[in-house]
Amino acid sequence: MGKLRLLFVKEGRAVYISHLDLLRTFQRVFLRQGLVLRHSQGFHPHPILSFALPLPVGQASDCELLDFETAADMDGGDLPERLNRFMPAGIRARSCYVPVWPVRELAGLECRVDLLYDGGVPAGAAERIEALLTGESLVIQKRTKRKAMADIDIRPMLHSLSLSEEPGVLRLHAAVSAQNPGMNPALLAAAVERHLPELRPDFVQVRRLELLDGAGGVFR
Amino acid sequence: MDQRLERILSRVQKPARYAGGEYNAVMKNKHEVDLRFAFCFPDTYEIGMSNLGFRILYGVLNNMPGVWCERVFAPWADMEEEMRAAGLPLFALESGDPVGAFDMIGFSVGYEMAYTAMLNMLDLAGLPLRSQDRPDLRPLVVAGGTAMYNAEPVADFIDLALIGEGEELLPEVAALFRRAKGEGWDKPRFLREAARIQGVYVPSLYDITYNPDGTVRAITPREGAPEKVVKRVVHHMDSAYYPAKTIVPSTEIVHDRVTLEVFRGCIRGCRFCQAGYVYRPVRCRSREVLARYGREAVCDSGYQEMTLSSLSTSDYPELVGLCDDLAPFCEENHVNLSLPSLRADNFSMELMQRLQKGRKAGLTFAPEAGTQRLRDAINKNVTEEALTESLRTAFAGGWNSVKLYFMLGLPTETDEDVLGIAEIASHAVHTWREHAANKNRGLRLTVSTSWFVPKPFTAFQWEPQISREEYERRVRLLREAITAKAVTYNWHDGDTSFLEAVLARGDRRLGRVLEGAFRRGARLDAWSDRFDLNRWLEAFDECGLDPAFYANRERGREEILPWSMISCYVTDDYLWRQRELAHQSAATPDCRTHCGGCGAGAVEGGECYHG
Repeated sequence: MGKLRLLFVKEGRAVYISHLDLLRTFQRVFLRQGLVLRHSQGFHPHPILSFALPLPVGQASDCELLDFETAADMDGGDLPERLNRFMPAGIRARSCYVPVWPVRELAGLECRVDLLYDGGVPAGAAERIEALLTGESLVIQKRTKRKAMADIDIRPMLHSLSLSEEPGVLRLHAAVSAQNPGMNPALLAAAVERHLPELRPDFVQVRRLELLDGAGGVFR
Repeated sequence: MDQRLERILSRVQKPARYAGGEYNAVMKNKHEVDLRFAFCFPDTYEIGMSNLGFRILYGVLNNMPGVWCERVFAPWADMEEEMRAAGLPLFALESGDPVGAFDMIGFSVGYEMAYTAMLNMLDLAGLPLRSQDRPDLRPLVVAGGTAMYNAEPVADFIDLALIGEGEELLPEVAALFRRAKGEGWDKPRFLREAARIQGVYVPSLYDITYNPDGTVRAITPREGAPEKVVKRVVHHMDSAYYPAKTIVPSTEIVHDRVTLEVFRGCIRGCRFCQAGYVYRPVRCRSREVLARYGREAVCDSGYQEMTLSSLSTSDYPELVGLCDDLAPFCEENHVNLSLPSLRADNFSMELMQRLQKGRKAGLTFAPEAGTQRLRDAINKNVTEEALTESLRTAFAGGWNSVKLYFMLGLPTETDEDVLGIAEIASHAVHTWREHAANKNRGLRLTVSTSWFVPKPFTAFQWEPQISREEYERRVRLLREAITAKAVTYNWHDGDTSFLEAVLARGDRRLGRVLEGAFRRGARLDAWSDRFDLNRWLEAFDECGLDPAFYANRERGREEILPWSMISCYVTDDYLWRQRELAHQSAATPDCRTHCGGCGAGAVEGGECYHG
């Protein structure tokens, strides 16, 4: 058997596919291709598949990782081409390889958070938002697992930030912690809404651009 | 994707059902087709995508060069609210284009409770509800499906109805439409021409007059429309299209599996069952063809579940052989093969046991009535001995969760019949005590009753639905008679079944009521949490009509029934004879044992298909 890792894009119509549905979708994509996965050995055997870092519904990504085990040994190099014929719209495999680093080494996310303003980006918004996000602390309210609201400081999880502006769009380019603890990049927009309500965007689009290891290099 | 849609989808429940892009969704270049067909299912995505007929016709239409068929489903309440607020019209999943811009809009209507969803979808598309307020040929609104055997309640809204099976009929209508569009016909000319095709019912070409008592006085066809619109039937199932390559939703739907349709029609002739009459005669797919489709569909979709489907799958003559053919493939590919709608007999149970691997899901049986007398009257040829025997096998084989379905209010039902249901339940508990393989796991026995709804084209089409008070009395009677702790008793909500009885045998005057209920907020009436009978009662009041006239009135043999312009081959004489036999509690043999001369043999010149 062979452990393999698939790097794939999830965008467009596919951003609405939830984590569980995506798991089911990939099981079927593999079967369509005729690829037999290794199954768990329990009473109800299920194929061994796991996503590195579940992507929130509505967000796009260039760099999703799926770990799986095939029944037969293989290097997987030709799998992206073979699998892409069987994908739903918006999911595209980029590469497949034998993983070297375990998922726990995945430390950071490079991402883009677009704040959309239908009436144009307000004057001075970029400066004020940059000042807010790069201050001493950045406290937002977040629902805890017990459903209560709690204040948390996300500033320690934001490692770099740059801003750029296009007509109607203020683009945040950020690197954030991925896990233990990690933060959802959409919280940057939530922070703007909380602390600068007058700069509340009309819509927010998030896209994961790259996965990072502990040293800030690309994680694969 | 439309920017308004993108923003809405971030806020609604289960957005994947509105996004499209699934594997095998058919994409075409809209500039290279001359017929765009918006195929509308008047219920949610999860329900509509579970409908095999919908998938078949989607495939049939898209196999026609120059035709692009796209899917449209009813939005859930939160989505509808957002769409209306944003001014986003109803759109098709494939292209995202507004439904109002399509050439043809086709509704698949399987049940009466979907009528208001149809109206809502027309409204969300920005179209006038009434056919007469849409003077142009485009978009043409058509409807088919089992509920359209009596299309009268929606007759004012649709331009034409397709009666019977659509595999051949729909392409014929589509072809005529393309010609009409190419040659610039107006809508009246197209409708006149379409009415010449067998199976096409154009309501506007029929004048209906009424007697002072509200019954139909006369149905008069105009402009060459036929006096009887005769349903269409696919003659040979082996050459009929099967969607082996079909859309695999990216989100979970109700029936999320490969469905193999083993045959159409039913040999049983249960007297309450509309499907059993209108889908006659029985036509089987051959075992070899089915096994091939099963393998193809699994390989193409990646599904690991397959089910054999029909009105009564244990009546498929080569069921064991088919399962034998499929078993090695299923085993090798970890595919779970299941058989729904089994009869309570030994043969079925043995097969079930052989197929069931691992987890033992619940078993469901539908004796329908509590005594042999009443089961004979409705021609449900299941004996309590056979049921007990099946339960014995099931309990001994490790099943401990069983559901039993019954109807209350069947014609000729007495209190003895109602109490018979409780008796069956207590016998089932007894059988479990004696034969359960593992009593520690306990027994879960669910008894469910629905309120019988008389349907057109059945032996009971002349029967009244019992009154609301009487139905509730029988529910109480049964509830008090079921004493065993292991038995859970569920009864069907009365409001829905009452309205269903009204709409099922409604006439054209109900169009105004439908519109009134829709204006009052009726939408997804098939969902009990979205349904409110008061909207309907107000609408009836407003129109000066009495719902009890439709639901609770016994019709005479000579009465012109509102759907009399439609024929499903089965004759009224036959249905009336069946009704008389019911009142004598006399059963009729199944079609394979003895031909009862129902009229369906006329499909192929007198001889019914066998097999």
